[in-house]
Amino acid sequence: MKVLLSWLNEFADFGDDVETLADEMTALGMPVEETIAAGTKVPGVVVAQVLRTERHPDAEKVHRVYLTTDGSNELHVWCGAFNMKAGDKIPLATLGTKMPDGREILRRGILGIDSEGMCCSAKELELNDDHGGILILPADLPLGVDVFDALGVTTDTIFDLDLTRNRPDCWGHMGVARDLAARLRRPFGAEVNGSATHDAHTLPLAIVDDAACGRFTATVVKNIRVTQSPQWLQDRIARSGMRPINNIVDASNYVMLERNQPTHAYDLRSVESGFRVRFAKAGETLVTLDGTARELHAADVVIANGDDIAVGLGGVMGGLDSEVVESTTAIALEVAWFPADTVLESAARHGLRSEASARFERGADPWGLESAAWRFIEILRLTCPGLEVHGGPQTTRNASCPEPTVDVTLRLAQVERILGVSLTARQAADLIEPIGFRCSGEGSAITVSIPSWRPDSSTEIDVIEEIARHYGYETLGKSVPNSTVHGRLSSIQQRRRLVHGVLVEGGWSEAMPNPFLDPAASRLAGVDDSAQLALVNPLVAEESVLRVSLRPGLLRSVAYNQSHRVDDIHLYEVGHVYPRGSGSLPDEEEMLCVMSVDDSDGELAALRSWSLLVDALGFGAQVDTKSTPGGYHPGRSATLRRGKQVIGAMGEISPVVLKRHGIVGRVSCLELSLSVVLREEPKPVAARAVSRFPSSDIDLAFVAPESVSAADLHRALKSAAGSLAVSLELFDVYRGKGVAEGSRSLAYRLRLQAPDRTLTDDEVAGIRQKCIAAAEKSGAKLR
Amino acid sequence: MRNDIAAAVDAALAEVAAASSAASLAGLSGSVVGKKSPLGQLKSKLGSIGDIDERKALGQALNDAMRAVEAAIATKRAECESAELEAQMASEGVDLTERIAPSRRGRTHLVTQATQRLEDVFVGLGFQVAEGPEVESDFYNFEALNMPKSHPARSMWDTLFVESAEPGSVVLRTHTSPVQIRVMQEWPPPIYAVMPGRVFRRDTPDATHMPVFHQIEGLVIDRNITFRDLAGTIEAFTKAFFGADFTSRLRPSYFPFTEPSAEFDIRRANGSWIELGGCGMVHPNVLRAGGLDPEEWSGFAFGFGIDRMAKERHSIDDIREMYTNDLRFLRQFS
Repeated sequence: MKVLLSWLNEFADFGDDVETLADEMTALGMPVEETIAAGTKVPGVVVAQVLRTERHPDAEKVHRVYLTTDGSNELHVWCGAFNMKAGDKIPLATLGTKMPDGREILRRGILGIDSEGMCCSAKELELNDDHGGILILPADLPLGVDVFDALGVTTDTIFDLDLTRNRPDCWGHMGVARDLAARLRRPFGAEVNGSATHDAHTLPLAIVDDAACGRFTATVVKNIRVTQSPQWLQDRIARSGMRPINNIVDASNYVMLERNQPTHAYDLRSVESGFRVRFAKAGETLVTLDGTARELHAADVVIANGDDIAVGLGGVMGGLDSEVVESTTAIALEVAWFPADTVLESAARHGLRSEASARFERGADPWGLESAAWRFIEILRLTCPGLEVHGGPQTTRNASCPEPTVDVTLRLAQVERILGVSLTARQAADLIEPIGFRCSGEGSAITVSIPSWRPDSSTEIDVIEEIARHYGYETLGKSVPNSTVHGRLSSIQQRRRLVHGVLVEGGWSEAMPNPFLDPAASRLAGVDDSAQLALVNPLVAEESVLRVSLRPGLLRSVAYNQSHRVDDIHLYEVGHVYPRGSGSLPDEEEMLCVMSVDDSDGELAALRSWSLLVDALGFGAQVDTKSTPGGYHPGRSATLRRGKQVIGAMGEISPVVLKRHGIVGRVSCLELSLSVVLREEPKPVAARAVSRFPSSDIDLAFVAPESVSAADLHRALKSAAGSLAVSLELFDVYRGKGVAEGSRSLAYRLRLQAPDRTLTDDEVAGIRQKCIAAAEKSGAKLR
Repeated sequence: MRNDIAAAVDAALAEVAAASSAASLAGLSGSVVGKKSPLGQLKSKLGSIGDIDERKALGQALNDAMRAVEAAIATKRAECESAELEAQMASEGVDLTERIAPSRRGRTHLVTQATQRLEDVFVGLGFQVAEGPEVESDFYNFEALNMPKSHPARSMWDTLFVESAEPGSVVLRTHTSPVQIRVMQEWPPPIYAVMPGRVFRRDTPDATHMPVFHQIEGLVIDRNITFRDLAGTIEAFTKAFFGADFTSRLRPSYFPFTEPSAEFDIRRANGSWIELGGCGMVHPNVLRAGGLDPEEWSGFAFGFGIDRMAKERHSIDDIREMYTNDLRFLRQFS
């Protein structure tokens, strides 16, 4: 919302300290995004008259304009706009003029013929946004004088406010001024008076459907003529972001920009039969002011004339047939109040969000209709001094109209409880009465009457907010709560940080792929997508389903990095997946996925993270190598289980999947449900005394067929070694020369130690034999 | 015999002197003072000497001789060892600037880094950390936050909806505020909690917007919590997180779930203001939705974006950069 300093100053004396005013508006909750100086003169632009125009055979896009600025001497200018004719008066930027955009007007030639200046559009002079052609000036302006002086252009300051949606009253200058005057303790006045000049010209009014309209007024004004508005008024409208049209439309817009109250003027001829306000009938159509024929909906509010013919779409836009035209000499002015939601829906349905509908949507003041009507008449009288007011606003209302005030009980103890400052009834009243919140009563609770222009306010807490605003948020001061709560991370959060720490130390970097996927992405990654949920209103089809696995996202990240020649790709992600659940919400689960691009014949690097995490977090799972998780290499993968519960998977990604993603080489992956493993906080380990007796190491290398899993062999050795084993580690895996095809060598180091004695050679030899026997039993042979 | 002893000592000392390494000296001690050495052999002949005094004197002389030789060996050996270590050190210099790239440490994502920093500051200020689901029901995302169905303020957020049996009832949470309600329902007050997490809006990605981004929300519920406590807590956070020379201010704003509502800005040491987030006193209707009596409890809430913090901290021009998952980008930030 753009508000003008000159306009605000009509309601209270705010002075001209622009910076302070901007700070105060910001402190009231009307933040000033920008302060713009308007109406700055451009010295050197004068009133000129077109003598004649002429085409040049070799210039297609420009023509030659001959002008005079003194009635005798002829000037020649090339011009790219063609909207002027001989006799028109236009602004001419003379040689040497510095335009607002920084250009300097120089003697410039086309086809060897010089231009002695430039014809200007309104936009080029920053008068308004109209760049549709050269500005045609009023015919009565004297030649050669400064255009800005001749037009009576005013200077002003525009504040561009970023208003919140709870303050509809601030969508007019009057509301902003009321708030600002209250804060600055300046007297505020917005009274409008008017009286009928002629006997009433009565129009029958009827609100047929209660829910369609709360209050409706019509005022008949005669003896008017359609003309241009005064320059200062046009300036205000233009600087507020609208286009000046003619005195009738401008008066309507002026009242709206001032009082947040839309009005609509009908040519009296089309509504002589009166007004009927109702919902649209089946099949009803209306051609609106923008020339579009609209099929109306049963929930659209229709303004019909007494013959029940639609003449306007209530709160949104008037009809074309009843529009004020050049021949109009009498109007019926509609000023009405429509419920916010009906206008909101109507405007949305027709894709027609007008300045009027935007104001009704936010909430207008149902009890400001008459003053808006009188203000319209005041403004119109500037161009139509002889206008006749035939009876003043005629009003009808019904039960759907809000009351003029809403009464709320305000407990002063509650003010202190919420704001932390103690106020007397008088102090509270002094803060909010200037914005129209009338206070009555004394003692610990007072009654506050909230005015109808503040539809956002209806409860005690709303009033407390107003008190806070006008007391000043900064003045309220600062304190710190006296808390008995101690800050900490939960066990889950600490363990999650441990996961990040372990992976980062291990060389993996955290990625954050998009949790929205292409519908086919899961399937292409070999992930079961049967529980995949779709977005109802995705931005793009490629991001239209919710992921059920982190793997598709990381595969894409791996492919991206590989295609950008990044070496050493080790990525992980901690994030949620959202498979369809049994209830209304998905079975959301926090997952970890670790992915590494492996050396062609090296280890499965991502699996290193499994050992690191098991060690750091102190949890376990069965590594089931018999069942291949979807999308993994059948011979190089395992499902991670806790009994029947699957808590993850690990192994090499299937070459088929890699090929689909354009990934070269081998990729290993670990997936783990953090929702499961973070939740289990291991009990603190009870210390065991370290033996002071020497330990003995046995190194054993076995040749085992590929069908024998290392985990099984490990388990067999461990159980054979018995209670004297303090550690058992696989320290080498070898395939190749010297080892039969289909088998590999697995070398273990077993450390034995007793807590109470030195082991004898015989004891060590005995355990060694047991281990060899156990290994052979599980299918491995000592190498 | 005395002459023999003297000769053997001379010979032994000569051998010791001639030895060139600690290792050869180790072997030498056997051959010059052992049983079979000349001195050893002389010792074995002592028994054949009849005169007891003479035997004693010679024995004493032999022992002295052997001790002298052993001392010479020890001295020489220490010399050799020391020379050998010097030689070793002289010969095995390494250019410490000649470093092979170490195996690379990974990085947490910038958003995780920022989140953890924020969590740490809030934990220090006495807050606990709460979490909630990212896919939410209409109730938690809107209704419980004082936005009943068709409330116009719902349009402040462009909401992404998830397919469900009852259309429109399941959304990707548009803010972390639904966690406020869940915390109020699950934790007995007093509550001092922050709620970081991922949120979603139907925004076309550009340099400053992503449809998927992150927020942190704070909630305090206690007896007699006032607006002044809100301002003081924001100020404490500002100084703890940004630095002692930063200050904060609150200015009126509007959110359906708080009243009075405010925007909070922080001021850099150079005097410029940055808009950071929204806050306010928890609306009585929100307390009720969380199962708390607004006449007994009061509180405040605040929230702001995490991604923007990371973006500004690291001078990232385009927020989309943070989500390309390009390792060349990610690895910059240790």
